[in-house]
Parts: sequence; structure tokens; C-alpha cells
Amino acid sequence: MSLQPFTVHTGVAAPFLQANIDTDAIIPSREMKLVSKQGLGEGLFAAWRYKLPGSREPNPDFILNQDAYRNTSILLGGSNFGCGSSREHAVWALSEYGIRAIIAPGFGSIFYNNCIGNGVLPVVLPEAAIQALASACETDPQYQQITVDLENLCVTSPDGTQFAFQVEANARKMLLNGLDTIGATELHAAKIDAFESADQKQRSWAYL
Amino acid sequence: MQDDCEDKRMGKTLIEKILSGHTAVELDARRRLIYIDRIFLHERTGSIALKSLHESGRTVARPTQVFCTMDHIVDTFPGRGDETLMPSGTQFIRATREAAREAGITLFDVRDQNQGIAHVVAAEQGIALPGLTMVCPDSHTCTLGGLGALAWGIGSTEAEHALATRTLELRIAKTMRVTFDGGLGPGVTAKDMILHLISRYGANGGAGYVVEFAGSAIRALPVEQRMTLCNMAVEFSAVTGLVAPDDKTIDYVRGRPYAPSGEKWQQAVSHWQTLHSDPDAEFDRELHINAADIAPSVSWGINPEQTIGIDDVIPEPAGDAEQKNYMRKALAYMKLTPGQALAGTPIDAVFIGSCTNSRLSDLRAVAEFLKDKRVAPGVAAVCVPGSTQVKKAAEAEGIHLILQTAGFEWRESGCSMCFYAGGETFGAGKRVLSTTNRNFENRQGPGVKTHIASPLTVAASAVNGVISDPRMTAILPSVKEYVR
Ligand code: SF4
Repeated sequence: MSLQPFTVHTGVAAPFLQANIDTDAIIPSREMKLVSKQGLGEGLFAAWRYKLPGSREPNPDFILNQDAYRNTSILLGGSNFGCGSSREHAVWALSEYGIRAIIAPGFGSIFYNNCIGNGVLPVVLPEAAIQALASACETDPQYQQITVDLENLCVTSPDGTQFAFQVEANARKMLLNGLDTIGATELHAAKIDAFESADQKQRSWAYL
Repeated sequence: MQDDCEDKRMGKTLIEKILSGHTAVELDARRRLIYIDRIFLHERTGSIALKSLHESGRTVARPTQVFCTMDHIVDTFPGRGDETLMPSGTQFIRATREAAREAGITLFDVRDQNQGIAHVVAAEQGIALPGLTMVCPDSHTCTLGGLGALAWGIGSTEAEHALATRTLELRIAKTMRVTFDGGLGPGVTAKDMILHLISRYGANGGAGYVVEFAGSAIRALPVEQRMTLCNMAVEFSAVTGLVAPDDKTIDYVRGRPYAPSGEKWQQAVSHWQTLHSDPDAEFDRELHINAADIAPSVSWGINPEQTIGIDDVIPEPAGDAEQKNYMRKALAYMKLTPGQALAGTPIDAVFIGSCTNSRLSDLRAVAEFLKDKRVAPGVAAVCVPGSTQVKKAAEAEGIHLILQTAGFEWRESGCSMCFYAGGETFGAGKRVLSTTNRNFENRQGPGVKTHIASPLTVAASAVNGVISDPRMTAILPSVKEYVR
């Protein structure tokens, strides 16, 4: 398998600017029902998104339930986004819902790595830049879309302003190629094959 | 395993020798992909790894070197099938069977004559060999270090990685050598050695290290005892543990079903003869223990580090506030008081089994103890051989008859009551003396008070109905072969 590669993405952005949105808010424990990475999108932000715990009746006040924010694929987050429990389910839920990139002043470190491992791009920008992006989208989010360009490492606001960002080289390579950790290792398949065939001559006793 | 070791150090450790021989790809100065020679799976975690691998459209790269067994969930009652006491266990068993078939790997199924606990089967079948790298999504994979293999437990996602790519990244770990010199006293076994080490240096003592066990007392141990020792390396928080192979190891491995033969055997033996730490090799940490100081040991608390020699008394809570609280919690759970001796404490049940102590030599020693004896009235006694082959061999020697006559239940092989996942248990509040490796709260069932000890201590205690010193019995001389 491989993940959807991330090169350039343009989409609807929704602001979640409060600080410390933790993984339990992203996906509550009770929504993790199966021993599976799938079926989690419906539980995304469940405590905010639905009227009652466990119900599926949409809360009209919640931003992603509003018509202006349908097809949201980019989140604008507050500081320390994705802190708390290490649950990878948070990223699986975001990804299944359709989120491709999250722009925030900072991320929980495990969550950040889980994003990379699952093809979701975490972009770190200063708080002022995120405020500017949020204001540039807010009058008509469906048309005032944001572009995140991983090849050129820059975010473009609907008003044309550009913000440069950084991603660690190995992480960038994995995202650009749509690789999970297995995929990243598979890039070395030729070397592994070469090792194996040389080793098999030397240590034939070790092979079955 | 420091990368600059070649410059600064003349000699290499055993661990470095195995790792450098398996480095398939140097990713950067600190990261390398290690070639994995064998992968073992079981129905509890392996089924998920295979399923997820399949769903991602990948396949097992070298199915001939991947094996799977049914040990964790499968019942151990005589006449068992796919039905199990463990909730939804049957689905796991069937899903594993299906996934193994699809992946084309070797499965030791419920009724297979080679079924058994993964780490027992891997050694018995010659799947694990000296100098091989081996992984299994199970923390006690370190058992196989007793053969001189570099074997460690991994998670399900890592298992998927190893299955698909034949490699795993091993983060640079530090090296530790624990040297046991001198002679063990009578009635003292490898189980007591490892319990002694953990109680002395703490359950975190080995954190971040791969540990080589060395010294004259280790060389004197039979191979199955070395596996008992390495089995609990993970209870010391080590990445894994191992013992350099020697003539005993080579004799042990020879002729096993998946071991090499003919010319390949000769090549293997000459390779294995190089597998020892060079005299001038340096370790990041060294510990020394005098084997003669070790008494038969029994855990009193809720972690293997809370262990004392059978002659000692339970300690007063000591250390900082947090440590004191932890000890008080353990005492409350175990219903014990500081100053009290463990010897003489009444028990409700004994369990002989698990990947720690369920091999043929363990059962032989237990049978020597129990010949013409009876388990004390009111004590439940269960013996679960580590593999179907161990069971057969024991039955051929009449061991089952001795145990049954003494009052033991004699079971089919599996993990059984080593751990609880909704299935069988001795019952809340019961005090159980067990040959297993974890005395955690609720490990053997809600409220079960587990003490871990050697098979000799468990057998002696079963007869007396109270925790007993195995040295206080007349039979001891005849089990000498068990440890030497
Ligand atoms: S016997 Fe116990 S410790 Fe060993 S693999 Fe089974 S459950 Fe784990």
C-alpha cells in the first residue's frame, strides 16, 4: 500500500484556533470501537460535532457542520494541536474525514509524527500568519481557499500572501512520495535484495 | 554498538558481531535496517499484523522463514478445539488460521503435533538458532537469547514492517554485560538468578540495554536454563538478553527439524564458534554477581523486582515517598506485612507452565520432587507443558502419571493461566505460586495474588501447602542435573 502522496493541495480551511486541542477531543475513546484503522471518520470531534454523547444528531453550531465549511480539507489550529494521548486513531479519523493538512503554531510531538506516517501534512507557522490566513478565508470559505505546497514549502492565502514553512527532509520525502514507514523502507528494496543474496551465499545455513 | 567502536575499541561484543553481520542498509550514522532471519507470530497479535498487511496490499516477503502458533487464546483443557473460554477467542483462532494460509507461512495449529508456546516451539523446532536475528510480536521473544540468538519483542506495526521488508530498524541500544561467577548452591536455578538480578538492580535496571549474560555460572547452566534466564530480560526492561553459544548450545540445536544439516551444519558450527565477545570488548555497563550469594527466590509484591530470598523477610517500605507508596500498594494487594517471612505462607494454588519454565527439563525436575508425594489438601495444582512435543516426551517418561497421582491437572500445551484475558483463572483473592514471569496485579485473573518462583520451589510448596524452601527436602540431590 501507499498513502496518497502530498505535493500541492488547495482546499477549504476551517479555523480551530483554540490552544491545546488534544487527541481525545479529536477522537473520544468511546469512538474507538474496532481493532481497525478504519471507520473512525464518523467519530471525529464527536463531542463537539453531535448534540449528545454517542448520538449522531449534528450540532448546528459546530463549524464542520456548517454549509460554508463543507468539504473542509485543511484545519487552522491553535498551539500544541494534537497533544495528549498517543492514539494514532486521531490521525486516522482526520484522514478518513478528508483532512489533508493542518496548519498550527505547534503540535503534540507524537501526533506530529503520526501525521507524517499517515500522509497528513502538519505545517508549523507563526500564530500571526495563521490569524491572517483565517481572516482571509472567513467571508466565503468555499471560494477563499488555501493552497499548501509541499514541493516549494509554502502556504498561499486566498489574498495571495505567501508563507514559507519547514519540514524535516526525511518526512518531506515520505509525504511527497506517499510513503508510510514500510513504504520508506521499500525504497531500499534493491539494497535489501543485494544484502540478502550476498548473505545467502555466506550464511546459507541460516536460510529456509 | 556505538558506530565509532571500531576506532576506539579493538574487540567486538557478541551483540556487535551479530548486528554488523545483519546490517542490510545503513540509513545514516545512527540508523540501520537489520536483516531479520526469522519471524514468529501467534494468534493474539500476529493475526492483526497479517490482516493489516493483507489490507495494505502487501505480502510476506519470505514466507519460508515465518512461523505462527496458537498459544495465547487456545484452551488447554484435554480434547480442546477452536472453542475457547476467552471472549471472542474463537474468531482470533479462525482469523489466524485463514491469514496464515493466505500468507503461505507455516502454522502450528491447535491440533498440530508441534503446537505450543511460540518461544518454546521456536527453540524446540530449531527455528531459532545461535547468531540469528528473530522477532515476534510478543515481549518474551528474548527467551531465545538463551541459544545465542538476537531475538526481541516488537509491536504489530513493526511486525508488519518485518514481514513485508525482511528488515527492522533497531535504534542504537547500549550494551551491558552481567557476569555471574561462582557456583550456584543446591536447589538454586536460573529462575532464581534472574529474580535475584532484577530485585537487586530494579525492574528498570536494564532499560536501554541489550544484555549479555556471561561468567562461569552461566557457562555451567544447561541451555534450557539459559532460556529461562533470558526469558525475563524484558522484566529487567532490557531490549533483550543473550548468552554466547558454546558446545552445549551446539549439542542442543543439532538434529532439530529446522536446524541446518550436512555441509550447512558444518558452516553453521564454524560461524557459531566465532560468536562470543572478544576478550578486550567493552560494554557500556558491567554488573557482577556472585552466584553463591543467590538463594531460592520468591516474589512478594506486584513486580518481579519485589522479590526476596526464601530465607529473608518482606522489607519495610523504603526509599522516596513514591517508592514507599508503591511498596504499600503491593503489600495491600498481596495482603502481606513487612517483617513477615514468605516461607510458611499458605497458598491456594500452584501453576507450572509458561515460556519461562515449561520445558522438558523443568517438568523432569518437578516430577523428581513429586514422586510418591501428594499435593497438600485444598491446593489446586495445574501443569501446562510448553509445547505438544514437551507433553509427548514427558508422557513417554511417565511424568504425567507422577504429576496426576500427586494431584496435578495435566493439560494440553499453551500459555493458559500465565495471563488472564477473560478466560480461565484460579479466582479472586487466591494466592498462587507460579513458575511464570509476571506477578503484576490481576495478571492471572482479577484479584489473584501471584508469587513467582522456580519450578523446584513451586513443587516443594505444592506438597507442603505453604511457600517452602526446596533445599529443605531430601529429594534435592537427584535433581542436580537440572541446573548443571
Ligand atoms: S506463556 Fe505467558 S509470558 Fe509466555 S508468551 Fe505466553 S502469555 Fe506470554
